[in-house]
Amino acid sequence: MNVPDDLRYAKSHEWLRADGTVGITDHAQHELTDVVFVDLPAVGKVVKAGEVVCVVESVKAASDIYAPVSGKVVAANPALSANPALVNTDPYGEGWMFQLELANPAERDALQDAAAYRAATGA
Amino acid sequence: MSDAADLKRTPLHDEHVRLGGKMIGFGGWDMPVQYTGIMDEHHMVRRALGVFDISHMGQFFARGAEAAPWLNSMLTNNVAKLAVGHGQYTLMLNERGGVIDDLILYRIGDTEWLLVVNAAKIEEDFAWLNPRVPAGVTLENRSDEFFGLAVQGPRAAAWLAKFSGGKDAPDRNGIVQVEVGGVPLFIGRTGYTGEDGFEVFGPASDAVKVFGAVLTAGAEFGIKPCGLGARDTLRLEMCYPLNGNDLSPERTPLEAGLGFFVDLEKGDFTGREVLAQQKADGVKQRLAAFKMIGATPPPRSHYAVWKDGAQIGETCSGGLSPTLGCGIGLAYLPIDFAKPGTAIEIDIRGRRFPAQVEKKPLHRGGTAG
Repeated sequence: MNVPDDLRYAKSHEWLRADGTVGITDHAQHELTDVVFVDLPAVGKVVKAGEVVCVVESVKAASDIYAPVSGKVVAANPALSANPALVNTDPYGEGWMFQLELANPAERDALQDAAAYRAATGA
Repeated sequence: MSDAADLKRTPLHDEHVRLGGKMIGFGGWDMPVQYTGIMDEHHMVRRALGVFDISHMGQFFARGAEAAPWLNSMLTNNVAKLAVGHGQYTLMLNERGGVIDDLILYRIGDTEWLLVVNAAKIEEDFAWLNPRVPAGVTLENRSDEFFGLAVQGPRAAAWLAKFSGGKDAPDRNGIVQVEVGGVPLFIGRTGYTGEDGFEVFGPASDAVKVFGAVLTAGAEFGIKPCGLGARDTLRLEMCYPLNGNDLSPERTPLEAGLGFFVDLEKGDFTGREVLAQQKADGVKQRLAAFKMIGATPPPRSHYAVWKDGAQIGETCSGGLSPTLGCGIGLAYLPIDFAKPGTAIEIDIRGRRFPAQVEKKPLHRGGTAG
């Protein structure tokens, strides 16, 4: 499993980049199986860490995606509407889901680093 | 996730793990939901060949001179139509006409019958049938003694020729007993995918060996091990009901649109009176197939169905159709709204998305014939 060093990771398998971009991990996309629809959040939505932001649908089931940190949604990935499978093929790149303006940047430090996430998922 | 420790394992469990199967709990069994991906596996069965472990399904054997009339009194389809070596889809009902289970009944001898029942219903089915066995009939639940493999896809006939060395192939809904590589097998020509295919049952102790032989014989056709995920999308495109989702003790086969498998003229059977009355009165609700319109999230089970501002029902199965590329599902709807072409809406997480009732099956052109 691919676990990039420059990201932070939530226990619920979302990643967070320094610029507030959020997606799901390689491990998560593998567990979800083929992603067929991403119910993207509305820009402007305000969420607390651990709250449901949006829903990802795989062939098998609908899965909630949680906010790794508190903040306001400032962008959602429009490419996922036409091609939700980007979540599977490029989970850390073109498959990003939304971008948060962090309410409390210190929350970022509470997330797992790559080594901790690797250990947690056995990657 | 279910606790894997509480789940039963088929004789092919270690093979699934070795082949990279992603295991999940299903009806009390630890089964592969997929190997490489549900979409891949689905398309492989529609285009070429796939193999599913169906060892979790149950096998009952009924024997005796009185077995035929007894089975006819317990099941909806007409047993008398079956010649030796043939099988039929049939249903077992409660006294209210509701479905206990749907199954395949094969006549494997003059007075010998094989019932292939749903995994999650083995105990319940046997508990229903066993106390009702009359003198002159023996009934055995031999589910644990058998493995099962479903080999499905347009290349299935070519596969069988390779697998069994050109021994007699059964006709559609037929069954043969053959020895392949020294292992005695039942090979029935049926399935749950809409494609041509075979269901192979044999001694559990030979499961790994036969599975290997199935894969070897299928290699030149690109055979792919497939999980329950693809099994579900394939059956849903064909609108084959899944017991527990689409069939229940509260719904009759007439409501489920399975009247073709109910013979009201054959004589008495459990549930017959209720069904005859329902037929005379006209069914009030019917299991309808629908397709989502445009880009929507796929529907799932238990989503509300709306029409003209009012809820008219609930989905019982739903998902994305890999073949059609849109959301599809099944729902019991009032008869006036169950007609193909009817515009409906599906409530998905509080938003209503447009859908349309369609003719069954949703996928046409499969090789099952």
